[in-house]
Amino acid sequence: MGAGHAHVLYRESSSPVHRLAPEVKIAAMVLFTVAVVATPREAYWAFGGYALLVAGVAALARVGPRWLLSRALIELPFVLFAFALPFLGAGERVEVAGLSLSVDGLHGAWNILAKGTLGVLASLLLAATTTTRDLIVGLDRLRCPQVLTQIATFMLRYLDVLVGEARRMRVARVSRGDDPRFLWQLRGFAAGVGALFLRAFERGERVYLAMVSRGYTGRMPAVWQGGGAATAGQWAAAATVPVIAATIAAVALVLT
Amino acid sequence: MHISNGIIDGPVAAIFAALALAALTLCVLRGRRDLDDRLAPMAGLVAAFIFAVQMLNFPIFTAGVSGHLLGGALAALLVGPWVGALCVAVVLVVQALVFGDGGVAMLGLNITNMALLGTAAAYLLIALLLRVLRRTPAGLAVTAFVSALLSVVVASQGFVLQYWLGGTTDLGGNLAGLAGTMAGVHLLIGIGEGLITATTVVTVAKVRPDLVYALRALKPAAPAPAVPVAGGAR
Repeated sequence: MGAGHAHVLYRESSSPVHRLAPEVKIAAMVLFTVAVVATPREAYWAFGGYALLVAGVAALARVGPRWLLSRALIELPFVLFAFALPFLGAGERVEVAGLSLSVDGLHGAWNILAKGTLGVLASLLLAATTTTRDLIVGLDRLRCPQVLTQIATFMLRYLDVLVGEARRMRVARVSRGDDPRFLWQLRGFAAGVGALFLRAFERGERVYLAMVSRGYTGRMPAVWQGGGAATAGQWAAAATVPVIAATIAAVALVLT
Repeated sequence: MHISNGIIDGPVAAIFAALALAALTLCVLRGRRDLDDRLAPMAGLVAAFIFAVQMLNFPIFTAGVSGHLLGGALAALLVGPWVGALCVAVVLVVQALVFGDGGVAMLGLNITNMALLGTAAAYLLIALLLRVLRRTPAGLAVTAFVSALLSVVVASQGFVLQYWLGGTTDLGGNLAGLAGTMAGVHLLIGIGEGLITATTVVTVAKVRPDLVYALRALKPAAPAPAVPVAGGAR
């Protein structure tokens, strides 16, 4: 796929986490998130435990805290809802700095922020240690239906095609005397969006036919060749993360 | 629109995950038949297009929700309801796994709203409107605009339903307010979505009508939109 848009989050390294097979990382990440979400929100200490666990994996993967935290800002639009809850929530209210806030709403906001942030950090760690190609190979090995992995493969591949075509069309516009700045680009872009789609499709179709003529049948060669699949040792190593998380969640459930 | 971890409680998320899994299995079984040499690259491109378009996020600070374009109607028009739902679902899965947009544990909820509800509503409207309206570029544009607009609003109400079933914070009487806010905000987003969907689909239908699934599948023998431009854009 080359160095393109789809690799934006990948951090080249040969750390132990990078060397794990993708399927075990995906499984560990999903199970970790489920354990976090299942934890009752009043068990504040449990979330501290999860954060330590994430920090440990990040250190092992040689991903710096600054990189991780600045990328985690991506979740902001999605947790906006959390900031509205203390005002919208019903029931008992408290006064904080002159504002009347709902206690239940504050709990809810904490719940969303803590669980949301931990989830985002876990997926960022997966993205930082796994290339998108490996991700699809991993999904395929986890028995994800081939239709889905095929769509996902083309999606990631065509993102670069789409970005490249958009850039070419912009260069073409500019070289013909258009002077797009900031919002005024939108008009030119909106007028050209259909053409962009067609150009990208025709390019993508040629890429696809070239792949078919070279023996592509819908699966990545790395999958049917069977090399690099996870060993039992790798499964066991990666399982430590969800096992610790599940233990914390179970203790938190019992205590609250 | 992406629900992040912790907004809806675990049991409801699990129920919707099971529901989404069952529906996606059906889509895989039906979609496999549709996915030929022409549709495979198209499905990938539609998914890439939706992925790019969903990056445009409009946070609405006063209401505390954010919205973005969904792409369900575009997918339904170009690759059909089954593969279309799969395309949107793939976008959501990759976003959740790699970018942390929307919690992984909430995937079932997000897929139900955006991939299943959105695409299904869009395709039902498309099927209805294409029978009623004339098959001119204008008719197709109206079909695309209306189905995109309404599918976005329907998807946003899916979130309200889920929040009513399993929201982690009791909003008291504010649920109706949430429904109103979501509908209002997504009506505005739907207009933008409708315009993008209509321009894209009409351009594709003019140059390569064979690529528009809805025109192939829902054929009452009327000729496809006129004026195929020779050669297409390169």
